[in-house]
Amino acid sequence: MATTISTYSRNDYINFSVLMVLGFLIIPMTVNSDYWFTSILIPWLCLALATIGQQVIMGYTGQLALGAAGFMAAGAFACFNLILRVDGLPFFGALIISGLIAAAIGIVFGLPSLRIRGIYLMVATLASQFFIIWVIDKFGWFKNYDSSGIITAQDIVIFGRPYTSPVDMYLVILVVVTVMTILAINMARGSTGRNWMAVRDMDVAAESMGVSLLKTKIQAFAISSFFCGVAGALFAFTYLKSLEPVAFDIKLSFKILFMCILGGLGTINGAFIGAGFILLFPVLLNYLGNNVFHGAIDATIISALEQVVFGVLMIVFMIYEPLGMARLWENLKQRFFKKKNK
Amino acid sequence: MSDSQDRNFKIGNPILEVNNISLSFGGVNAITDTSFNVLEHEVRAIIGPNGAGKSSMLNCINGIYKPQQGSIAFKGNKLSKITPNLIAQMGISRTFQNLALFKRMSAIDNILVGRKLHSKASFFDVAFQLPKARREEKVNLKKCEEIVEFLEIEKIKDTPVGKLPYGLQKRVELGRALATEASLLLLDEPMAGMNVEEKREMCRFILEVNEEYGTTMVLIEHDMGVVMDISDRVVVLDYGKIIGDGPPDEVRTNQKVIDAYLGVSHGE
Repeated sequence: MATTISTYSRNDYINFSVLMVLGFLIIPMTVNSDYWFTSILIPWLCLALATIGQQVIMGYTGQLALGAAGFMAAGAFACFNLILRVDGLPFFGALIISGLIAAAIGIVFGLPSLRIRGIYLMVATLASQFFIIWVIDKFGWFKNYDSSGIITAQDIVIFGRPYTSPVDMYLVILVVVTVMTILAINMARGSTGRNWMAVRDMDVAAESMGVSLLKTKIQAFAISSFFCGVAGALFAFTYLKSLEPVAFDIKLSFKILFMCILGGLGTINGAFIGAGFILLFPVLLNYLGNNVFHGAIDATIISALEQVVFGVLMIVFMIYEPLGMARLWENLKQRFFKKKNK
Repeated sequence: MSDSQDRNFKIGNPILEVNNISLSFGGVNAITDTSFNVLEHEVRAIIGPNGAGKSSMLNCINGIYKPQQGSIAFKGNKLSKITPNLIAQMGISRTFQNLALFKRMSAIDNILVGRKLHSKASFFDVAFQLPKARREEKVNLKKCEEIVEFLEIEKIKDTPVGKLPYGLQKRVELGRALATEASLLLLDEPMAGMNVEEKREMCRFILEVNEEYGTTMVLIEHDMGVVMDISDRVVVLDYGKIIGDGPPDEVRTNQKVIDAYLGVSHGE
């Protein structure tokens, strides 16, 4: 694990520039199939953002929390209602307030972490998942009394210009994700992240150094929920294009948990790697099924295979590389650069 | 310490006062009605056989355990019913017997956590890298680099501490406690499991800190040679009670202490 540094290194600037050019110029210019934007890039970025939220609470602060999708739902419905009910509220404003609302809920559901830990906390946080969805379902106000159960999300309008095409929406998300990822990296590398990790690794010692467990845990829950809330709003407005509580069920929470673990606990880039892997893997399996085996394998078998491979991968990673794919990536890079230097 | 006359920081008034504290777990009495004090700038050792209640004593001072009876006062303020992080804010820092480092973090990061009390930047400052956070991080990093240099651990400062050998981990832990700039350091067996060479170095660090910053030390140690060499006064605990208290030479000749250590038949 690299040492935290207060300022950015030269490598950081290079990586950042390359990624920005790739994200903002090369991808929009070269990728011209809507399928890639709507089915892969957009959900990838949204879920990666939610996974960063999960990383903050689980990877950095070491609190086993399961309920990311609940906070995503809170963010999504908050955003819907804000745009619906507050005239003239800009989209980014609504997004930030949605995140704050999710954060406030996160604080409430984070309170049990002061008393219980480990697997018991996981069960307690699971309550948030079910409670939030239940509240949204129960009180019609949240859905603007729509009886169909599925509400169409409003168009994203920024400075009077609607962003509705896949490329436009992708760019909007990319801006949000870029900014929030930088914030997350700054926190993770700075004193904030050190406090989180201190609580994760040895809470008694952290407390003896003057780190307040109460403040640190609650802060981590709030920040984690903020990220999930914003991610949920983006997810609903750009990927689902509708708002339905069912979309944010426990399955999505588990998916985000897997993304977090496979990507590598306690890493920010792992969030992107994990989310990418879990989203792309079924696509790859389908592709193999259709193009290599020419449909010889039944589609149901492929989807079953997907589950099996995920399960096995989870176990393998837990045993052999708890730091996940982000670590594999680091090792690969190191090996590559070493060879190059020789 | 032989040359106590020409120390930079003359031993002063009591900084910590432990008054009649009792601590029990269920039916087991760990500490019974114990009182002693620690003077400013002194090196105070707590010795005693295994299970005598030495670590429990430090845990009481540090706020991890709450004694059922009695009171502890630090700089005149009572330390009852407050949590370890508040006690840390008052200027007490510590190391642990069984190493309580942040294993997945590098050595320098561990030491940086010790700067927590000197970090005022909020997560917001840090997230946006506002000038306040940057300035603070720079100062903290500089302080920690100094500590790293002092403890001679420059080579391993970027290694995750979980991968370091025991002796070095102990040193990192001391570094983390030093980073707090506390006025009272509680060291729980800082030299346990070390070889002679490592012990000698650790003693040097402890004495140098005491000499240079006037930091008051309370340390638990088993090695009598070490205790006699570095401490100004010694408290001897046995079965949760004080059986000796005074300068090392006096304690060494105390019959009760000799009995507790060498064992004596009580049947006579």
